[in-house]
Amino acid sequence: MAAAQAAAATRRSREKPGSAARPAVSVRDATVRFDTDAGPVTALKDVAVTIPEGGLVTMLGPSGCGKSTLLRAIADLVPVAGGDIAVLGKTPRQARIDRDFSFVFQDATLLPWRSAIDNVRLPLEVGGRAAKVSVNAAPEDLLAMVGLKGRETALPHELSGGMRQRVAIARALVCQPRILLMDEPFGALDEINRDKLNEELLRIWAETGTTILFVTHSIPEAAFLGQQVLVLASHPGRVRELVDVDMPFPRKLADRDSMKFVKITAHLRALLESC
Amino acid sequence: MSAAADSTAAARRLALQKWRDRVPPLLAVVGLIALWQTIITVLGVPTYIAPSPGEVLATMIDKAPLLLRNFLPTVAEALAGFVLGNGIAILIAIGFVHSRTADKAFFPLAVFINTIPIIAIAPILVLIFGNGYTPKVIIAALICFFPTLVNMVRGLQAVSPQALDLMRVLSASKPEILWKIRLQSSLPFLFAALKIASTTCVIGAIVGEWIGSNFGLGALIIEATYNFRSSLLYATVLLAALLSVILFSVTALVERRLITWKPTAVH
Repeated sequence: MAAAQAAAATRRSREKPGSAARPAVSVRDATVRFDTDAGPVTALKDVAVTIPEGGLVTMLGPSGCGKSTLLRAIADLVPVAGGDIAVLGKTPRQARIDRDFSFVFQDATLLPWRSAIDNVRLPLEVGGRAAKVSVNAAPEDLLAMVGLKGRETALPHELSGGMRQRVAIARALVCQPRILLMDEPFGALDEINRDKLNEELLRIWAETGTTILFVTHSIPEAAFLGQQVLVLASHPGRVRELVDVDMPFPRKLADRDSMKFVKITAHLRALLESC
Repeated sequence: MSAAADSTAAARRLALQKWRDRVPPLLAVVGLIALWQTIITVLGVPTYIAPSPGEVLATMIDKAPLLLRNFLPTVAEALAGFVLGNGIAILIAIGFVHSRTADKAFFPLAVFINTIPIIAIAPILVLIFGNGYTPKVIIAALICFFPTLVNMVRGLQAVSPQALDLMRVLSASKPEILWKIRLQSSLPFLFAALKIASTTCVIGAIVGEWIGSNFGLGALIIEATYNFRSSLLYATVLLAALLSVILFSVTALVERRLITWKPTAVH
């Protein structure tokens, strides 16, 4: 783990000489349209947002507001019809090929025939050149980091939902990505597990220094994790407001009981209701 | 009592239970054979119409060399047909999954070939390939081919969209997706088809031997029927069934060894 941290640190210092101002992700007037049976649907319209490098931004909005679509557009999983998305100054496609980002899905998406450790190794086995030349973390260290030491050889069906999502996070970190894109990763977990993983994600963020973009439909989760919360409105998906969460890190779960936190979540709820 | 003794006692109980579970089917088989013997004896059925179990057993021991001489070619044909038919089906399924054009062009053809009764294709193949091993292997292969093709195509496509998204984010190539995901997730579908094929390939080999052949279990069945050697006929049929059961069991065993994982539900 220490080695992974050190490697991540050298990577960061090496790759951004004096470019602290360069955003990790910059979205300019992005529009995404889908063709459905009922005709074209505009999922996102003229969305503009900038995610600073090393930042942790959560995206919140009612279902159908296109928050997942925005994340998928950044990950080169859906094409943009208009506007422009830059990931570390590159096109999403180039960033994907260079393994600049990892993606964590709502479902852990583990390969059921592979043990936990082999699932974490998957990114190192595919994807050609980029996977081989990048500085990779040791899969064993990552499993320990997400609290699964001793469960390396367990098959996914032998793990609980929370543990499977931990494996998925370890897998996302194995290539030491500069950006972590997370699409409601804890959405299907019970509240106790979700709280625990929220705290651990903040710890992982502090340890790795990765930029994190986190989609959720939970107001407390969005406020607890994010330095900023990007609130989206629906029909068509567009930016409602970028809310600063002015609370110091490291945050503890108990911080959610503070007046400040309650005020922020109340503001977020009001924004969602007016969408 | 110590924990270790407790667990050995539990294990012994479990083993005993396992044996108890085998008693009813065993009794059923023994009962049916007894019933068969009784009917033959009571009604005085002549041997050339239907032999008694005792006579069949006697023939099996008596004619063991003859039966074995004809058993082995059928085994060879069935196995060769199994490998050939399933192998080609798997390769074509991989082609179909990667090319919609190939799928559209050739799938109807595969269906058409499947609709021709195998018993009607057999004489055609014998005319073309003579009465050696070749037509029998081809017939056994043909009979395996279609179920495996259909199942394998379904299996290769039974990959969750999220798994494909994951592989795309990892910039995985099509061959990598095939090797790392599609082939593995198709295994349960493939083995469902292979278990069918493990019994039908024997049927294919025997049907092939019915038409213009002088060796194999199929030829022996024809010969025994025409000469009213009913004990020999029954012994041959039993042997053919035994071959199917063995191939099926081996396939099921390989499946259990290969697929130790379970699909995980979404949380």
